[in-house]
Amino acid sequence: MARMATTQRVVISTIGAWFFGLLIFFPILWMVLASFKTELEAFAIPPSFLFFHWTTENYATVQERSDYLHHAMNSIIIAGGSTLIALLIAIPAAWSMAFSPTKRTKDILLWMLSTKMMPPVGVLVPIYLIYKSFGLLDSRIGLVFILCLGNLPIVIWMLFTYFKEIPRDILEAARMDGATIGRELVYVLTPMAIPGLASTLLLNLILAWNEAFWTLNLSTSNAAPLTTFIASYSSPEGLFWAKLSAASTLAIAPILVLGWFSQKQLVRGLTFGAVK
Amino acid sequence: MGQITLQDVQKSFGPVHIIKGADLDIADGSFVVFVGPSGCGKTTLLRLIAGLEDVSGGKILIDGKNVVDTPPAKRGLSMVFQSYALYPHMSVRGNIGFGLKMAGRSKDEINRKVEAAAATLNLTPYLDRKPRELSGGQRQRVAIGRAIVREPKAFLFDEPLSNLDAALRVQMRIEVTRLQKQLGTTAVYVTHDQVEAMTMADKIVVLNGGKIEQYGSPLELYEKPANLFVAGFIGSPKMNLVAGEPARQQGATTIGVRPEHLKIERDGAGGWQGTIAVAEHLGSDTFLYVDAGPLGMLTARYIGELSLHAGDRVSLVPDPTRIHRFGASGNALSG
Repeated sequence: MARMATTQRVVISTIGAWFFGLLIFFPILWMVLASFKTELEAFAIPPSFLFFHWTTENYATVQERSDYLHHAMNSIIIAGGSTLIALLIAIPAAWSMAFSPTKRTKDILLWMLSTKMMPPVGVLVPIYLIYKSFGLLDSRIGLVFILCLGNLPIVIWMLFTYFKEIPRDILEAARMDGATIGRELVYVLTPMAIPGLASTLLLNLILAWNEAFWTLNLSTSNAAPLTTFIASYSSPEGLFWAKLSAASTLAIAPILVLGWFSQKQLVRGLTFGAVK
Repeated sequence: MGQITLQDVQKSFGPVHIIKGADLDIADGSFVVFVGPSGCGKTTLLRLIAGLEDVSGGKILIDGKNVVDTPPAKRGLSMVFQSYALYPHMSVRGNIGFGLKMAGRSKDEINRKVEAAAATLNLTPYLDRKPRELSGGQRQRVAIGRAIVREPKAFLFDEPLSNLDAALRVQMRIEVTRLQKQLGTTAVYVTHDQVEAMTMADKIVVLNGGKIEQYGSPLELYEKPANLFVAGFIGSPKMNLVAGEPARQQGATTIGVRPEHLKIERDGAGGWQGTIAVAEHLGSDTFLYVDAGPLGMLTARYIGELSLHAGDRVSLVPDPTRIHRFGASGNALSG
């Protein structure tokens, strides 16, 4: 009886998981399908699911009208640059808080997180004006800077949680074994922290890649990443669903591939070290 | 050589005094156990010797040289941690050899020494496994291997057996003792288990509230406890402590008699009268917990089987040569 109940439970949860998985995946699937339709079919009612006239003309038009590679390169530089700089700042910060905490460590962490509680639009005008004065509007460096600052609290929190999981005894054992701080870092701490570092890096790469608020508001063409590239298909000449879908598919493709290959690390990253 | 001397060693964390001035002489090659209830400062004292904590005052001499300002690695000691603290990403070989690698020894020498240590500890078949693929006892042996391979002046053990199950603990206890005798290296061992202390130690340090209560061989502690705390702490079951009239007759405030030094008489008129509350029959021993009225609960031990049961009346007669006398301050009275 018990075994049957377990099998039943497995079946139900499998069906449930597939249902919700498909539900969440559906918009992406719909977008990819729409990108292969003609503009007319894209908003036809009733919508056609698989049986329509497949065409790649949208991709050709998108390529013709805008420079995908230019935007993709901007995305790579902005997402990659902001993530790397955030890690460079966050690693020592999280390190010191995890291994030599003070009375205020908890407060500092909370204060950092609290900066994420304010909606970014609240500081849009001051930031915009500052950027204007410093000539940072529509510059890659400006976007790297703002995304780096925006993600820094999350990077520090994630790394802090990972570093806290490294038992103190092991560091002390390394000290007894005669490891200097430098060698302790190279031989003991870094290898143990690599999974945590990897998932933090991946998650923040994705967050920065998808960030649309600041990138849309602070860039127009030179520094415009893929988010601006997508947005450029939504307004000026009315809505072109099929072309918009083609642009979006092109924009998310690289990060989707990256996500696919790093699923394991990502899941660990998203659960914030709660599951061992 | 591995002679360790503590001179008025003190340690405070903020306003809290953990170690209130410890003086100790640990002879080269001896096995010394720190024992005491939790929070007595025994682990802190060990970490002070290791250098993992800085002293707040006093001196620690290793082979006559003050090491309070020497970093842990330069003190020539090695430590076995309660959690084993193995490097999870390294193989057993890597774990045992890490200290030698840090000391810049040649690959050949590291391999030779690691393999010798592994052979001593029956770890040869596991050299290429990761710690997570080992059982608790094997991990413990890797931790010990990591300690012995560096040929230190002394081993420091911080409750190394407390994570093992009872049977394995007894086995490892014997192995550690034998290994230490075979290597002839000084060992300082922290435990809260007084049986471990009694069986392993050449000398025991009994700690309580950050103070050394007594330092002596296991039998000295058993036969001549310096004060009430040591009397109650060493020995299992605990020593019976009796105050009042019987103590006054002996010219003391409190007298102590170990359970094995109480003669049990069935309908005796002398001695201390009482009713058995609980009788434990182990076959090899019989333990009686006797409610002796104004004297409180008394424990008596009989070697072998004794057919007495709860509710029976007995009288307990203390062996007059084995009575411990304590004064008002709790210290033992001489003579």
